[in-house]
Amino acid sequence: MKSFWKGMPAGVWLCIAVIAAYFAAAVFGEVQYRVARIRDVTPAYNIVHEDARYRPPSLAHPMGTDNLGRDVSLRLVQGARIAFHVGIMTSLIAIPLGVVLGLLGGYFGGKVDSLVVWLCATVASMPGLLFILAISMVVGQGLVGIYLGIGLTTWVGVCRTIRAEVMKHKEKAYVQAARVLGYSHMRIMFRHILPNVAHIILIQFSIRFPGAVATEVFISFLGIGVQGEPSWGIMINNARLRLWQGVWWEMTFVTLAIFTLVLVFNHLADYLRDRLDPALRNSR
Amino acid sequence: MLKYIVRRLLEVVPTTFGIILLTFVLFNVVGGSPAQVILGKNATKESIAAFNHKYGYDLPMPKQFVKFCTDLAHGDFGISTEADEPVIDVLKRGVGPSLSLTVPILAGGTVVGLMLALLCAAGRGGPLDRAVLVGSTLLMSVNYVVWVLAGQFIFAFKLGLFPVWGYESAFYLVLPVLIGIVSGLGVDVRFFRTAILDEIYKPYVRTARMKGLSEARVLFVHVLRNSLIPIVTYVSLAIPYLFTGSLMLESFFGIPGLGNVSINAIHSSDMAVVRAVVVLGALLYQGVNLATDLLYAWLDPRVRLG
Repeated sequence: MKSFWKGMPAGVWLCIAVIAAYFAAAVFGEVQYRVARIRDVTPAYNIVHEDARYRPPSLAHPMGTDNLGRDVSLRLVQGARIAFHVGIMTSLIAIPLGVVLGLLGGYFGGKVDSLVVWLCATVASMPGLLFILAISMVVGQGLVGIYLGIGLTTWVGVCRTIRAEVMKHKEKAYVQAARVLGYSHMRIMFRHILPNVAHIILIQFSIRFPGAVATEVFISFLGIGVQGEPSWGIMINNARLRLWQGVWWEMTFVTLAIFTLVLVFNHLADYLRDRLDPALRNSR
Repeated sequence: MLKYIVRRLLEVVPTTFGIILLTFVLFNVVGGSPAQVILGKNATKESIAAFNHKYGYDLPMPKQFVKFCTDLAHGDFGISTEADEPVIDVLKRGVGPSLSLTVPILAGGTVVGLMLALLCAAGRGGPLDRAVLVGSTLLMSVNYVVWVLAGQFIFAFKLGLFPVWGYESAFYLVLPVLIGIVSGLGVDVRFFRTAILDEIYKPYVRTARMKGLSEARVLFVHVLRNSLIPIVTYVSLAIPYLFTGSLMLESFFGIPGLGNVSINAIHSSDMAVVRAVVVLGALLYQGVNLATDLLYAWLDPRVRLG
């Protein structure tokens, strides 16, 4: 583990620093959101200032104001809060689901595996974005629908990689030894094999996170996702209305915020995959 | 070969059942009757009951499922509550416009992506390879919504090079097709490059070089042909989406395809239409998957004997 941190290139450190900064912003946003709810007042990012509409960036509003005079920078922070909610919540649905099913299928084989493969094939056949939209729509508008829509459709990739890796490990000496010692299947799966395939979880998390954030932006942009809170998708939809009149700041800063977060996550995912996946290590 | 075909066909049965069951559970069991949404808050109990009876939402679940299956088998996808006509007619109208947009995107994207990936592979590790790799990571990090909005705003609205909205001639499709190609390019190039590089270190490539073949011949004839299997699989997986169209591009450029139909149906809670596009998309995916597998088995004996 020590050597893992030691050999990390500066670019990857930068990515981690940027993600940490976004996370800090998201935590700040969460505190602001909670405090306003407890005090039962309109939070600062939602207060309408009729006299300060469409103000370009200035010292008072570093990223300008929007069509209702709300501060864009504060709303951007709230967008980060929602992005992290989506990235984390969908991972909490998709990764345990994929890991458990992948472990069961890969370890037991036979009928259990057939069932897992069948589930994967069925869900993988559904038309991606439209299926997610349909789930969020049926479940009800708002964040829960988005969590379920993205979470329940994106576990297949996790499951397939874990399953393939477990099938390789199943035949190894340490698993055979554990079996001879009479350990239960559960113990072998979760205490012996899982730690050896855990790097896949980290890789899959770093791949899934930016995808989930981008999907939420799309869904909220269409007006099916988050309601009443400034998600990045809603901000883009809001910003495009006056873009043609030269109101560039809201669109520019939201776009940059999404782009940077997704980019650093993509770069981190690439690095983790190259570094941690032994199958790829030899091919480059 | 016959044995393989039968085996592969039998595999399709449970997955097809799974797709239909999943769609049914989502739309009919979890979603339930859309009567309240469509008739509005002031709907009377009688009108809701009449609606449910008309569209079969009052039947017990197992009966509804059987009805759903038999209707599907007959190509009956229900009535679009918004257009007040059979869903199948709405879908038939949308397929043509969708294909006119998505086929050029897939073809163009694949050709451009393969070209760039081959360039990368030819100069692997060099400055060009690095530039394309960095470029494609940057491209794939731009949100899809931004591609569509920025493309339309800059090239159609500001510069006036293309029409902003409409579906009147082939020229109206140029900008959405270009946006579609560019937005997918990052992911494509990276995949194609990996597929080619996976081949390039194999012994037969060294042999070909030792025989004194030119690098171009090694790359285009020997490597490309062998890396086509993952590439064809990757491209074929996009085929079902050709029919269901592009949600964003169609609604933003006013192309009356299935993507546009789906978005409108989602906004107006026209469940029958969304359900039909979802289940048809999934079944198409099955069909395309089956077709590519059979094609491989025919081309490569290792597949059917393995």
